[in-house]
Amino acid sequence: MLFVVLVLLALLLITADLNWPRMRDARAYLSLVITPLQWLADVPGRVADDLSDLLVDRSTLLKENEQLKSEQLLLERKAQQIAALTAENIRLRELLQGKARVEDEVMLAELIGVNPDPFLHQVILNRGTEDGAFVGQAVLDAGGVTGQVIATTHYTSRVMLITDARHAIPVEVNRNGFRAIALGKGTYEEIELEHVPDTADVREGDLLITSGLGGRFPRGYPVAVVTGVLRDPGKPFSMVTAKPTARLDKSRQLLLVKTPPQADTTLMAVDGETGAGNE
Amino acid sequence: MSDARPGGFLIIFGTFLVGLLLSQLPLPDTFEWGRPEWVPMILIYWVLALPHRVGLGMAWIFGLALDLLKGSPLGLNALALTLIAFLTLLIHQRLRMFPLWKQALMVMVLVGINQLTFHWMQSIAGNARDSFMFMLPSLVSALLWPWVFVLLRSIRRTFRVT
Repeated sequence: MLFVVLVLLALLLITADLNWPRMRDARAYLSLVITPLQWLADVPGRVADDLSDLLVDRSTLLKENEQLKSEQLLLERKAQQIAALTAENIRLRELLQGKARVEDEVMLAELIGVNPDPFLHQVILNRGTEDGAFVGQAVLDAGGVTGQVIATTHYTSRVMLITDARHAIPVEVNRNGFRAIALGKGTYEEIELEHVPDTADVREGDLLITSGLGGRFPRGYPVAVVTGVLRDPGKPFSMVTAKPTARLDKSRQLLLVKTPPQADTTLMAVDGETGAGNE
Repeated sequence: MSDARPGGFLIIFGTFLVGLLLSQLPLPDTFEWGRPEWVPMILIYWVLALPHRVGLGMAWIFGLALDLLKGSPLGLNALALTLIAFLTLLIHQRLRMFPLWKQALMVMVLVGINQLTFHWMQSIAGNARDSFMFMLPSLVSALLWPWVFVLLRSIRRTFRVT
């Protein structure tokens, strides 16, 4: 008897969770109980990191320091040009009477968990609605776009990576602005461009950046590098595969883009409840 | 569960918490598919050992906790765990008589049912599964069962949970 009741209750919950957006709030509150467990599961990894920090020897540190310094020098050189380029860009935009591009603000977040289900590419970050995270927020790492927030609780948020089999991201080829949609395939190493005509100018080695269409990802962040273009006359479209530039399965420090994209608020309407101002 | 001594309850609760924790612990990529299903195993043990105390209700609650952890639709693991708790309750008297390796075989079947229910319901929910590798954890769980069983039994005996 109890069995039947519990099974029915579970089925009811599943249907409610799938079809009723309000369940998201209920879930956030229930997750408060679970949050300490998620933190706890992260402790061994954190301790191991700290230990390896403690036990590292002087020569490696010196070497790393040197390497970082030279890297910094290179980046600074690039940054020098960026200041000039930004100024020029703003001037040109003013000439064209276009809207000035706002710089995106970001919030640092740390990875505290990975979804154990191998079919889903999801990670859990230590920022929640209390810190200003919201559903639909773009997530970056040092290399490029990592994914987007799909669920938030008060102190954590769940991020779907761009390689998840259910994820799609609008991109464009940096070289010529050709637009396409990149689909995740369920492996960390590869994403795929959908519906690319045989005549499209896409080559191996092309950098794909976010196109900003769809209004979810801010424009201009690197997503992937094209690794293969297969033009099979027997197929309606060419097969274009690309390797994500973000270190999806390795990054621990991630960035949440703070400014919600201005374009197309209708797409975000479903997610509006989480309290992200989108004006 | 009404005449339960509070101490014993804490022990049972604690083992489940450890199980939840273990199910979240990061594993190297090579073992990604073979993660043992700790919570179902712990549930099977307690139902086997103390069917008058640990049963469907507990299975349901911890299933819900597992759903929150995994981010699956609420109630999915609750359903799967309730199902295997029910099955274990049905056969617990026979299961107790089995030698460990035979028990392990039954655990494989039970965890397999858990996996099937979970992944089947996941694909209904729209998270398509495209390989049968998700059955691997049942095998791994069966291989680990003798150790889990002996460990939990010694925990139960040291703390005299009845």
